Parts: sequence; C-alpha cells; structure tokens
Amino acid sequence: MTGFRALAAAQLKAFTRDRMLIFWTILFPLMFLVLFGGIFTGGDSANRVKVTQVGQVALFDQMPPAARAEIDKVIELDRVDDLGTAMDRVRKGERAGAIAMQGGTVTLYYSAADQVKAGIVRGTFDSIVNGANIAISGQPPALTLKAEQVEDRSLKAIQYVTPGLLAWAVSMGAVFGGALTLVMWRKSGLLRRLRLSPVSTSALVLSRSLITIILALLQLVIFLGVGMLAFGLRLSGSWWAAVPLLILGSLAFQAIGLVVGAVSKTEEAASGMANLVVMPMAFLSGSFIPLDSAPDWLRTVSNFLPMGHLNKGMSAVMVRGEGPAAILVPSLVLIGFTVVFSLLAARLFRWEE
Amino acid sequence: MSVIDVQGLTKHYGEVRAVDGLDLQVEAGEFFGVLGPNGAGKTTTLECIEGIRQPDSGTISVFGESPWPRNTGLVRRIGVQHQATAFFEMLTAREQLEVFADLYAAPRARAGALLEEVGLGDFANHQTKKLSGGQQQRLSIAAALVHEPEMVFLDEPSAALDPQARRNLWDLLKGVNGDGRTVVLTTHYMDEAEYLCDRVAIIDHGKILAVDTPANLVRGLDAPTRITLPDTAIGREDAERLVGGEAVSVDNGSLTMTTRDPAPVLVALAERDALTGLQVRGATLEDVFLNLTGRELRA
Repeated sequence: MTGFRALAAAQLKAFTRDRMLIFWTILFPLMFLVLFGGIFTGGDSANRVKVTQVGQVALFDQMPPAARAEIDKVIELDRVDDLGTAMDRVRKGERAGAIAMQGGTVTLYYSAADQVKAGIVRGTFDSIVNGANIAISGQPPALTLKAEQVEDRSLKAIQYVTPGLLAWAVSMGAVFGGALTLVMWRKSGLLRRLRLSPVSTSALVLSRSLITIILALLQLVIFLGVGMLAFGLRLSGSWWAAVPLLILGSLAFQAIGLVVGAVSKTEEAASGMANLVVMPMAFLSGSFIPLDSAPDWLRTVSNFLPMGHLNKGMSAVMVRGEGPAAILVPSLVLIGFTVVFSLLAARLFRWEE
Repeated sequence: MSVIDVQGLTKHYGEVRAVDGLDLQVEAGEFFGVLGPNGAGKTTTLECIEGIRQPDSGTISVFGESPWPRNTGLVRRIGVQHQATAFFEMLTAREQLEVFADLYAAPRARAGALLEEVGLGDFANHQTKKLSGGQQQRLSIAAALVHEPEMVFLDEPSAALDPQARRNLWDLLKGVNGDGRTVVLTTHYMDEAEYLCDRVAIIDHGKILAVDTPANLVRGLDAPTRITLPDTAIGREDAERLVGGEAVSVDNGSLTMTTRDPAPVLVALAERDALTGLQVRGATLEDVFLNLTGRELRA
C-alpha cells in the first residue's frame, strides 16, 4: 500500500490546521447538543403542567402537606378568583387547565387544542379526585399501582439526544470529508499528479478512512465530555460498544461521501448533495427527535437507512442499558452499506475531470 | 536505444484532432524540446507519453514499457510538472516536497536542497497557497525532481516566470539534464528551446513538421541576416545603396537592413563609424516556424 503513511500524515496536518473544518465538523454539531440539551433539560419546571385554580378549591387547600408536595411535582398551581380569566388563559394555551370546585363537584376546564396536555391534566385530576374519594371513605385501597421506569432511573432528555446527535455529527463529518476531499483533489489536479506517483488507490481511500475515524472518535470524546459535564449525561454499562459501532458508521458514511464526490464536479455541488443526503436522513432516522412516538411508516423507513441503524445501536448501548450484542445487527447493516457504496464509488471514480 | 518511442500517436477530443499520427523518438540523456503554438497538441502528446491519457491509436513505449494503463513501476522513473500546479492543502512548501518524497519512498533530505535550487529557500515554511504563481511553478518543478527520476517531463515550465526567474530556471534545468537525466520540455518560447534543447520537434496541428538540433533547423533555412541600427547612424538612401531598396525598413527609430551577404555591409558600416547600437541577427527558430507553417509562432 504505497503512499499510505505519506497521505495520512499530509491529511492529518491539513485537518489540524483547517479551522473551518474544525468548526463545521465539531463545533457546529456541538452547538446542537448544547441547544437541545439546554431546551430539554432546562429544569423540571418546564415539564410541569400549569393549572389555574378558580377561587377556593378545597381539594387542594385542605390537602395534607405531604400529599400537596407530591402534586406540586407534576402541577404548577396558581390562583385567580374569576372563572372567565381562568378560562381565557386555558384558551390561549397559557395554562393546561383551570380547576374549580363547587360543593362535591370538581370541574376541570381544558382545551382540546393541545391533545397531549389535555390528556395529562384529565388523567392527573382523575387520579387526584379518585385518591381523595378513597381517602374520604376511610377504607384502605384494595388495589394499588406501582409504576417503575424500565430504563436507568436517571434517564433525562440529554440521554435520548446525545446518541442521535453524535450519530448525525459523525455521519456529516464522514460524508463531507469523503466528498469534498475527492472533489478538491480532482479539481486542483492533485489526483492527476498522484496518479503519476506510485500511490495505490487503496492507500488513497484508507488514508482518508483513518482521518474519518480519528474525526469520529474526536467527536465522540467531545460530545460525551460536554454531555456528562454540562448536562449530566450518564452512560449505561456497555457504552464502550458504541466505539466500534461509530467507527463502522463513519466508514459507511465516508463511502456514501465518496460516491457523492465521484459524481460531483464542484465543491458546491458536492456539499449540496451531501446535505441532501444527510439532513433528511437525520430527521427520518430520529437523530433530532426520537422515533418512539413516530408513525409506523417512519420507523419502517428508518430501518432502511444506515443512520437509523446507527442511532438505534448507539442509544441501545449508550443509554438504554442493553448489552454489547445490541450493536450486532446495526454493525452488519453498516458494513453492508460500506461495501455497496465503496464498490459504487470505485466504479464511478475518475482521476480527473 | 530510444527511451521514448512514439509511433503513429492519434488523439481526438470530440471532433478536434489534438494529435494526428505523430512519431517521436527521444534518446537517453537528451534534452528534447517540443515547440509549437498553443493548441498544437504539445500537452496532449506529453500526457499520452506520461500515461495519464489513453491514445486513440498508435503505440508508445517509455523505457521499453507501455505507460497505459497506469504503470506504477514506470511512474517511479519519471518526474512530471504540469501547467496547472497541484498541491496538498494547508501544507508549507517544504512539507509538500517531503510528502512527495515519502510517496516515492525517497529520502526527505533532498527537499531542503531542492528548495534552494529552485530559489525557494526563504519560503520553505510558507503556506503553499501564499506563494506567487511563479513560486508555485518552481515548487512544482522541485516536486517533479524530489525522487531523482531518470526522465523529467516539463510542460511550459517558464510560462508564469519573469525574465530573471526564467534565466534561473534555465540554469536549473541545464543542471538537471547535466546529471544524465532525459528531459522533455514543451515551450512556445524560441529562445528557451534554442538555449536548452539538444533537439527540437516543431509541432503544429498535432503533426511534427521537423525534428533536428536548433542549429541545423536554422541553418537549413538559408535565411537572410538582419542588421539593425539607430536610424540616426546612417541615412536611408545610404543604406539602400548598400543592400538594395526593398531590403531596408525604418521603424520606430530603428533602421533594419536585410541581406544574404552581411560581411561587406558590416565593413561599409565600420568605415562610416556607424557601429554604435548595432545589432546583427541571424535566423531563429521563429523563422523556422514561420517558414514551415507560413505564420508567426505566437500568433
């Protein structure tokens, strides 16, 4: 493999000196992590449901302090004396509901505009009223419900967001790196010059692969560092299995990038096409928004996308506490994509314009 | 034995016949020039010989081997400088040469010496993209030499250089050839070909019109000698008496006499003490080209 070391060293030097590259491949995706991490983990109050009580509501006012504290965890309660004002707030979406009590009747006003909030307030107040009924009856409840979360108890939004954003960042770095290097080298005539040196084509591809892998690992370290230090990200036991998976993912996306680079004549065309490949795929694969509540067709689509498998495998071992076996299927799928796109890139490869 | 042997080379680009049945032999250690106007087919011919273009027909042998398809054994023995310079991004001049040395598994130590030779010693640690066009051109020539090739191809190496840098480059190239390397150079500068080349092929419309030493090409022309002097040195009628009416022209303060028998004219001028500012010019490759094609080389 003549020339591998020389090409790898040259590209590594170029990589460390290219500030724009470092911005787009590391800082730019990191901004998304900070943004998403900030939005979703901006304190628990953001997740509490806001409800207005109208005048006196004995249900709350006479509640024992311990029970009241429990309710404060889920509901942020304030008070107005006028029903009209309260209903207005609900209508505008400022409050999830308004609660009033007259005699034995507790009335909950809610808006159907936000189905999710409506469901939450209805369910919550249903259980509060039921709980109060049982307490008044003086009988111990015959059945009790104990809810246990299946994931690590520490699971927060940052847990969902980090694996997906990391997969997106790595994919983007690999696609752009592969595509732009190929186009720039061909356009500048460097490939034609290298063609007249003894370098092998495998040295060309593998030296680029080394840079891609180094970049992916750098992204991993920085994402985990920022996630853990700034947003309290906690990794589950087999998180290390994400490392080989990420390397396979970066190689698959580099192969896609090489195909993009092989068919693009200019850097502009290449980065346009790379965006066209990566951005929709990131959305369809649940890199930004988890697919847990997505329609079935979308989840089916994500099964055909390399980033979908990368996301699934990454979150399985990093935050869902699954064992290393969880990367097996995603790994095979990514290897498959690497092989297919590498063959395609080799067929489309041209030394010069 | 010829180190380059080209027989019946033809190359089309669409409808355009860039090279049209060209034969060419270059001997070991020769400084060989390919001379012709832009679009004559010089670069295409060179690229076919180097092995980065596939000929439509004809055979090419370099050191007895075919350069097409890509022959990585052969490329180690040749060094190439193209008209468009191409380097790795973000590297300094010295680093570029070191990478190229590494690519050929050649010692890096040569990089420093080569930078001095091409006059870039002070720019070794400059980013390549910050070098001027001429400096990049010279760096590109250094990159073609860093692995000590047996044969060097230079495609219009002096195109972007100022006169002083051209002179320095000529000295460098003389040295490269002096070490026993075969050098093949394309140019459209007559003086460059005359100064550097052992033999010159004159090429136009993809065909070779003549191949010989520059001296033989000029001698074969049997062209007149031009004597030029300031028009204040001698009167026009006086000049016409010396060489005949049609052979005198006055242009921009200079008077030029054209003659096939310069000796008596020069003696006559010496008698008149009119030798100050005198220039005598024999035929050049420029005239050879004009004679072969009926048009000016640079037109």
